[in-house]
Amino acid sequence: MVDILVVTHTQDAASRNTGEVLGAARRLADETRGVVKAAVLGGGAKEAASVLFAGGADHVVWVEHPLLADPQADAIVAALTQVVPQTGAQVVLLADDSCGREIAPRLAHRLAAGLATEAVSVTAEAEAVVFRRHLYGGRCLAELIATRFPVIGTVKLRSVDPVAERVGYWGRETHLSVALEASLVRTRVVQRVAEEVRGVKLENARVIVSGGRGLKGPEPFQHLQDLAQVLKGAVGATRAAIDAGWVPVSWQVGQTGKTVRPDLYIAVGISGAIQHLAGMSASKTIVAINTDPDAPIFKVAHLGVVGDFKAILPPFTAKVKALAES
Amino acid sequence: MNIVVCVKQIIDPEIPAEQFTLDPGSKRQVRGGLSLVISAYDQNALEVALQLREKVGGKITALSLGDPEAQGAVKSAMGMGVDAGVLVSDPALAGSDAFGVAHVLARALQKIGVPDLILTGCVSGDTGHKMVAPLLAEELGLAYLSFVSRIEVRDDKVIARRIVEDGYEVVEASPPLVASILSDDSNVPRYSKLKDIMAAARKTVPVWKAADLGVSMAQVGPGGQRLQVRDVAIVQRDSRCELVSGETAVEQAERLALRLRELKVL
Repeated sequence: MVDILVVTHTQDAASRNTGEVLGAARRLADETRGVVKAAVLGGGAKEAASVLFAGGADHVVWVEHPLLADPQADAIVAALTQVVPQTGAQVVLLADDSCGREIAPRLAHRLAAGLATEAVSVTAEAEAVVFRRHLYGGRCLAELIATRFPVIGTVKLRSVDPVAERVGYWGRETHLSVALEASLVRTRVVQRVAEEVRGVKLENARVIVSGGRGLKGPEPFQHLQDLAQVLKGAVGATRAAIDAGWVPVSWQVGQTGKTVRPDLYIAVGISGAIQHLAGMSASKTIVAINTDPDAPIFKVAHLGVVGDFKAILPPFTAKVKALAES
Repeated sequence: MNIVVCVKQIIDPEIPAEQFTLDPGSKRQVRGGLSLVISAYDQNALEVALQLREKVGGKITALSLGDPEAQGAVKSAMGMGVDAGVLVSDPALAGSDAFGVAHVLARALQKIGVPDLILTGCVSGDTGHKMVAPLLAEELGLAYLSFVSRIEVRDDKVIARRIVEDGYEVVEASPPLVASILSDDSNVPRYSKLKDIMAAARKTVPVWKAADLGVSMAQVGPGGQRLQVRDVAIVQRDSRCELVSGETAVEQAERLALRLRELKVL
């Protein structure tokens, strides 16, 4: 019987990311006849509870404290160090997002617990919990076995499906208090700058048109924008394009950027470096457009065009538009 | 501002798939004759350190944990202009997990003298792990800035830009602290000057062993691993790329669209 604690924050409780973590937790609980508890840091409103129960939680634990109102890492780590033992969960799961990738290791250290990050599956065996994750930029899949508990895990985004919505399901709710001192907060957010997103968000897009070093500058990204607009998708980019300053960092798909799993990924002027593939190789259909027939991207693409994107994209966009209208 | 940058020497990660093999015993990549490089992400961290030294002065030390050959990574860092380097190398430390690595690096940092700033790349260039930096902060009880770039020092505070899902945050903390560096257009690593490379080649890099650092041996090596690595398998990809032909770009473009329609993708 493996009980799982899913960690989320009020602002994130109803998100797709939390739904994915709950999906992993629910499946593990069902395998072992365990219970899924969702700890919501920062307290919350009834709307979050219904989404969490529908998404797989048996029990919602509200953890309220003024220092938890913002997702501040020091406060969250300190709070969870108290919350985890109190809930008695064997497995603690967080989303592998900008918050979880910092929180999970620090929490594991405080609790002297094992740690498995970026898991694409979490299953049970006899007396153990098995985490599977990619290594070497996606070239390998590793199995990590936890036999001591609690164990902390982060769930790789866009790799685990949420469960089918359990409509009308309602479970238990409890409130947990934590003791936190202001002096434990050592980093401060001075300013938040939200990025203006026109259209669909990159990490949720079903179609992505992405550009790399082969674009040779920022202006050609307009071709990709035009295509993305017709396809109702988003525009992504590689580390090379970001480091050259052509596009914002938030457009980056890859090992240190976003992980995406669209139905269609069109890679334009992208060589196919391992660090990029790590972020998009799970895309359902991959199309590559590149002048170099030996580019590694053609080894992972389903469809390829060897040629100059400047000559190919405009007629492609026009044809796609025409097909959509017919 | 004194800075230590943690660097890792890895097998070149961008080799073609055919050259990538695993050792069935250790479950790690086989080196064979493949070339060793300093992790690209660590180079971004080195660049940040060099930019800060240009602005506020101080000493930069490169610290690495690895095989004896990892001295190459330390020398490479010194060739970029870093002032000094240290290598920790000991067979007893091989096979350590991230907790073990962080523990050893922390002991080494204490021996060097905990600096104002400890920088690392945001991800390990070979394994893809993002664990050592936050664990290092915990080991040393220091503040931690995760996935940041554009570090500045103002009024004894460190200010940086942290990328988050919906944009970015400007964050602030007091040194000493640990920061993991995200690559962007502000920290593209500089080319090494020949004179710096030659000067580095002439310097000796001290090599420390576990016993020199007072490492807790229970936390390192294969015996210190918190999780058991049961199996590592190469992911097989069904790599059959269908190339769309055409006499002209327009033809290729239209055929691609039609093919995607046929496959019900469009």
